[in-house]
Amino acid sequence: MIYEIFRQERKGQPFHHAGSLEAANHDFAEQYAKEFYGRRGESEALWVVPREAIIEVDEFVDELNRNYHRVDGYSLKEKLRRARERVGSALVARDR
Amino acid sequence: MAEREQSFLEYVQSGGQVEATDWMPDDYRAKLIKFIEMHGNSELMGVLPEREWILRAPTLQRKLALTAKVQDEVGHSQLIYRVVEDLGKPREQCLDDLISGKAKFHNVFHYPTKTWGDVGVIAWLVDAAAIISQKALLKCSYAPYARIMKKICWEESFHILHGRDVVLTLMNGTDAQRGLVQEAVDRWWGPLMQFHGNPIAKDEDPMYVWRIKSQGNEEARQQFLDGYVPQIWELGLTVPDPELRKNDDGVWEYTEPDWDELRSVVTGHGPKSQDRLDLRRRARESSAWVRQVVLAEAA
Amino acid sequence: MNESEARSLLEIADDELFLGWRDSEWTGIAPLLEEDVAFSSIAQNEIGHARALYELVAREQGITADELAFDRAPEEYRCARLVELRLLDWEKTIARHYLYEQADAARLEQLKQSDDAEIAGLAAKIDREEAYHRIHAQMWFDRLKDEPRFTAALDELRPLLDAGRDEHSPELAELWDEMTMVRRSQPAGTAW
Repeated sequence: MIYEIFRQERKGQPFHHAGSLEAANHDFAEQYAKEFYGRRGESEALWVVPREAIIEVDEFVDELNRNYHRVDGYSLKEKLRRARERVGSALVARDR
Repeated sequence: MAEREQSFLEYVQSGGQVEATDWMPDDYRAKLIKFIEMHGNSELMGVLPEREWILRAPTLQRKLALTAKVQDEVGHSQLIYRVVEDLGKPREQCLDDLISGKAKFHNVFHYPTKTWGDVGVIAWLVDAAAIISQKALLKCSYAPYARIMKKICWEESFHILHGRDVVLTLMNGTDAQRGLVQEAVDRWWGPLMQFHGNPIAKDEDPMYVWRIKSQGNEEARQQFLDGYVPQIWELGLTVPDPELRKNDDGVWEYTEPDWDELRSVVTGHGPKSQDRLDLRRRARESSAWVRQVVLAEAA
Repeated sequence: MNESEARSLLEIADDELFLGWRDSEWTGIAPLLEEDVAFSSIAQNEIGHARALYELVAREQGITADELAFDRAPEEYRCARLVELRLLDWEKTIARHYLYEQADAARLEQLKQSDDAEIAGLAAKIDREEAYHRIHAQMWFDRLKDEPRFTAALDELRPLLDAGRDEHSPELAELWDEMTMVRRSQPAGTAW
């Protein structure tokens, strides 16, 4: 069975995919993962996952450009310029 | 070339990365497998010359360091064969082809190790030559391979220090110890110069065209010479090539390596090629029952 | 540290040294690549244990761990017959691994009770690493226990646990010869 190994470099950091190995069962997979990704004390923690448990998703549909929930969906420059301009002319009018 | 292959070529040549589940041209896949398999074979065969010295290491520290280094190399072969397997060629088939001589491994691992001096010189210079190639592979268009190269390069960093430490200790020791290093350098220089392969032009090298390799052979060799000849000379060691010098353009000139020797060696006619393959074959045959037990368990 | 304590420590150190040396013979040729890496760590741990134990004794004697490890004559080592043998059959190596770890566990428990804080502390450290070895040995035992060649190997090797430590197998001298050939090629005290 193939197992995928994810490792955490330091506490608080995300687990990153580090490689894969072959083992007959979970116990051996755990032992081997410790060896391959931790014998130098280089990992804070590991996730050892049978490859068949992983569901890969690589197709995403966004046909009608749903940019309303992304940063690039907002362009404030022009509105800010007009807002500042309005305040500026209001101040000028007040000071007369 | 078919349209889909042409756009794939443009994709990798502009830095595109390929994953295991992506479509790839048959030729790309075949060349990739052959190249990566040879790397895996080399790590596994590279273990054998050094293994003998694990038993003869003269201090506990050297014993541990050398065992750890060889262990790393076995680990690297595991990582590499996993990548090949995910490309479609099972590990057992790779090992079959290695042992039968169908698949190749790098020239340097076909030569004998004769003294403790070899242990130092191999870890210092042979590993250095290998690391130059390996660093270039960090940019391989095939992403799973590029990713394991990161781990491999990181682990190799201690190998070079270990090699340098062994060599420096010998050079600071007795005349006999210094002699061991010089004698080893004299023997290993030829294979080292051949290691990066004959200077085929980058654009004619399919490995470069597909961006599997990101560096030409001669470029790698020049990098090796630039980095390591000064290190060799500063220790008072000589290199057995009277033509070796850096010219005014910063290019290293040297006696043309024996490409016939390289060809002969990598096709299995090196001094230790058959002995080492026999050792692998015997070890594999005598432990086949263990793999059967494990296979039955996994079923 | 009294002489009896030093002798005990040397016994364990010599066992770990030669067992580690023998176990390291598998590095590069083990039955599975993953297992090769795992077993090599076990071998390295064993030599590491030997080194730590030698360092304790060596300090008392004003010498170095390397001198204790390499520079005694074969007859002077205190290792068990079991660890001296070259056993390049996997079933025999695992059988030895299993038998040794069981015997060693009992020995380490005793050492952890030592009045000498340094010895007790080192024994505890070693034991924490050995716990992993014991798990490994048990896993392989469970895997191989129905294999006739494995049970045969256990039967063959078990009696060696009781063999005395004063007489060594001829394999020890052969191993010592190879182990020390580089070291002996230069005068004592040469740095390597």
